[in-house]
Amino acid sequence: MDIPYTVAVRRDTGLNNGKIGIWLFLASEVMLFGALFASYILIRTGSPSWPRGDTVLDYRLATFNTIVLITSSVTMVMAWASLMRRRFGTFRMYMAATVLLGGVFLVVKYFEYSHHLHLGEYPSHSNFFAIYYTLTGLHMLHVLGGMVVNAYFWGPGAKLYETNPVWFTNRVEHSGLFWHFVDLVWIFLFPTLYLL
Amino acid sequence: MSDHAATSDHDDHAGHDPADIDKHVRVYIMVFVALMVLTIVTVAVSRFHLSVPVAVSVALLVATIKGALVASYFMHLMSEKKLILAVMALTVAFFIVLLALPVLTHSNGYWIPQPAGETPAHEAPAHPQ
Repeated sequence: MDIPYTVAVRRDTGLNNGKIGIWLFLASEVMLFGALFASYILIRTGSPSWPRGDTVLDYRLATFNTIVLITSSVTMVMAWASLMRRRFGTFRMYMAATVLLGGVFLVVKYFEYSHHLHLGEYPSHSNFFAIYYTLTGLHMLHVLGGMVVNAYFWGPGAKLYETNPVWFTNRVEHSGLFWHFVDLVWIFLFPTLYLL
Repeated sequence: MSDHAATSDHDDHAGHDPADIDKHVRVYIMVFVALMVLTIVTVAVSRFHLSVPVAVSVALLVATIKGALVASYFMHLMSEKKLILAVMALTVAFFIVLLALPVLTHSNGYWIPQPAGETPAHEAPAHPQ
């Protein structure tokens, strides 16, 4: 049985179902991270003292990771643009770069976490580290999830391109929307946790 | 009708000819450069050790500009259908309410009208005897 409206647009929404679905999902994600940002504000403003992020965290590593994630957003959108131009080889190159850059982000995060855990700075160490691990940990899970989906479209999922290139292009666009959202969240997490 | 039978004229990508995509790619590169510059600005400003309110304002302003660039160009919100824009506008409104909740909590209820003769919550002693 065919899944309806994967390519054709619905008359009532003017969109295919995948597009409206991913945007509704992202709306719920905004509220999820919004709740955690609100918690951060509540904990920080209610605390008698709060460390500046760069006195306890390595802002240089986080700056590097910001550059990595922004670059991966560009490679992601270029992957989609390559499909729109019907250049499958270029798509695979950009998609591979996106997945690899996501991997670089996670490796840097691993070293960052290892360093803090080695110093005994667990989530129970302070309110700062509790919210730091919660926010960055949830974000890291999103990076991992996005990488898995993107790797699927780079590998086995790419078979769809042979039979239905427009549907495949739509799928890549939707996974790209998620990936850009992950980048967007980091754009706010970076100054909030590491610089202020 | 099967979706597979739908032509590209009826999908979301209608109107994206190769020249159109080339124009998009040039915009992506410009946005990328802008995001890099703004990242450097964010870090550079933080090195000045401004007062917390000023530092927070500047950092959030720059982050909002960067976020708007990502959403508008990489996520194509600039050219998205009205339904998506309406969903996201509603989401942003609720997001702002969510962030305002801690602020209202700390203001300790001064905005709630008090009946004559009663002490407002924020002026009441912390541990009444």
